[in-house]
Amino acid sequence: MNNSIAVVIAASAVLYGTPLLYAGLGELLAERAGVLNLGVQGMMLVGAAMGFWTVQRFHVGSGGALLTAVGVAALAGAAMALIHGFLVITLRASQIVSGLALTIFAGAAGLSSYLGNDLNLASNPARHQFGAVFPSAAQHWPIVGPILFGQNLLVYASWFCVLAVGLYLSRTRPGLNVRAVGESPAAADAMGIDVIAYRYAHVLAGGAFAGVGGACFSLAITPQWVPGDEMIAGGAGWIAIALVIFAFWRPDLVLVGAYLFGAFAALPFTLQARGVTIAPELFQSLPYVMTVLVLVLVSSGVAKRRLGAPAALGLPYVREER
Amino acid sequence: MIRIERRLRQPRLLSVVVPLVSVGFAFGLIALVLLATGHDPGHTYGKLFRSAFGDTGALTSTFASATPLVFTGLAAAAAFRMNLFNIGAEGQLYFGVVGAVAAALLLHGAPGAVQIAGMCVGGAALGALWASIPGILRAFGRTNEIITSLMLNYVAGLVINFLIFDTHSYWRDTTSPSAAVFPQGKALPDAALWPVATITHAAGGVLLPLGFMVAAGAAIVLWTLYRHTRFGFELNVIADSPRAARYAGMRTRRKILAVMALSGAIAGLGGAAQAGNFDHLLDPRGLQQQFYGYTGIVVAALARYNPFAVVLVAFLLGGLKNAGFALQGADFPSGLVGVMQGIFLFSVLGGEILIRYRFRLKREPGAAHLPEPVP
Repeated sequence: MNNSIAVVIAASAVLYGTPLLYAGLGELLAERAGVLNLGVQGMMLVGAAMGFWTVQRFHVGSGGALLTAVGVAALAGAAMALIHGFLVITLRASQIVSGLALTIFAGAAGLSSYLGNDLNLASNPARHQFGAVFPSAAQHWPIVGPILFGQNLLVYASWFCVLAVGLYLSRTRPGLNVRAVGESPAAADAMGIDVIAYRYAHVLAGGAFAGVGGACFSLAITPQWVPGDEMIAGGAGWIAIALVIFAFWRPDLVLVGAYLFGAFAALPFTLQARGVTIAPELFQSLPYVMTVLVLVLVSSGVAKRRLGAPAALGLPYVREER
Repeated sequence: MIRIERRLRQPRLLSVVVPLVSVGFAFGLIALVLLATGHDPGHTYGKLFRSAFGDTGALTSTFASATPLVFTGLAAAAAFRMNLFNIGAEGQLYFGVVGAVAAALLLHGAPGAVQIAGMCVGGAALGALWASIPGILRAFGRTNEIITSLMLNYVAGLVINFLIFDTHSYWRDTTSPSAAVFPQGKALPDAALWPVATITHAAGGVLLPLGFMVAAGAAIVLWTLYRHTRFGFELNVIADSPRAARYAGMRTRRKILAVMALSGAIAGLGGAAQAGNFDHLLDPRGLQQQFYGYTGIVVAALARYNPFAVVLVAFLLGGLKNAGFALQGADFPSGLVGVMQGIFLFSVLGGEILIRYRFRLKREPGAAHLPEPVP
């Protein structure tokens, strides 16, 4: 039963959806604070490179090395996000151009490739990697075994992150403030909220999540460093940006969307392995096409107010010019 | 305490000086990066300059790598000036290649000039068509064109993959022996290959591709259109104040659609030039590794959306790219070109604040009194 195609696809959807989930949550935090960061791709790649570097060079036990690697990946992602934050928050540059600049700076032909070469990452497979957590008996339980109990620690941690981000935004004072900063920074400012500090904090958090998302590839899914990693360079960062729109800027729906898009990413491999030949491009293009359709839907009248983007998304906040 | 105030007037001089100073700043920053990673900046810069512009061969390659960037730069500039953020030049260029190759294959046997003209029309038309999707959605559905045009880049990439790798399409070569080993595109007929002009020079000849000249022509047309026509005037009004434009009775929606289509057509023309001058077939892998469309946005931003500056910046970035490719190795790690482009862009973007704002030292609150009037 566990070899049935539905179970295999569901299990790999969770695996491939996890990096999207992390990166999407991060982008959601930044966008909820009113900052669009198109540099997800770059932040993920640098996170992947630095995470991988850490497990190779940090000689402690497997658990310690992996946890440090995740931390380093998060810091690397946050450092990339800081460049974007400084440019768009303090220097009021165009968020679109700055985000694209970050993609070019850090992306497949930039810093991540430079780091990969300079730190000589491609020579060896990972010394440690995130593996299944639960005993193999649990993994063989029908249906739920492979899907729920066959995953690595990063998957379970991501569920906790979804819950935490969801509660943060809907149930805490700072979370409410973030939403105010994203919807109406002038009103938030008048309430005494430090708009600039909130934006910086959430852009950095977004970068950290993206870095961890990148590390999911280099530490769990394909535990090695491939120059210009196909999976990430193939557009995981852009799918993460699409995911936030697809999820109407809500953390719980980011989870659903991530696994849906993860399934589309995994489907071609799974089908190919079973001798079914359908053009893989069909599934690969679905996340993008669906996002465009969702965007059209939420752009119209009523839906825009209830489900649409944060009202101040993409706009710099200048107190003197409100 | 430093106060940042908006400038009421933006002096002309600043809009030239500030970007130049920013680029200088970027060179300094990159020198620091090079030093930190154990390279001698003077040596690297020297090699970089020589392999980009040093001799005729270098100049020939620089023209070749600059050509698509002029097109995508112009495509981005045309739309961004109008506050339409068309990030889709990447996909529009792919479709330009598709249209141009199809036109050339259809016109097989016609005179060369006809085939080349057909490629231009085919490329521009498909590019414009692909750009019209986000254009229509923006104009009539008020859907954010940034994200839609971005998403469609990936769809376009998958479409060209499909055309070559997963179907026996019109564009795919199914007869030659090498195509049996690895799927590849049908080669253009010989008469459809774009000519290359030779500029004679003491040390040989610099080859100037037709595509670059078409691109320069497009820059002139675009500048004239935006500067000297009623259409351009209305675009400027709409960009500066959409509300004023509507009260004045300007057709805003049509203009949005027209600008998106124009932007896509220029990118598509770039695809035609790429196919005609350099690739000679539809090559999905090659196209998608180059990031012409995204680099075009860098070019347009560095040029501050001025068409003539786009040509110049594209030439310089083309030189950087070509030199980076030539120097790749222990001396010059592969990722450095992207890092350098990124630092240039960050510096120029960050510098823009000096054009739009001025910094003032604010006096302490206690000292802020006006001087006593002298009786």
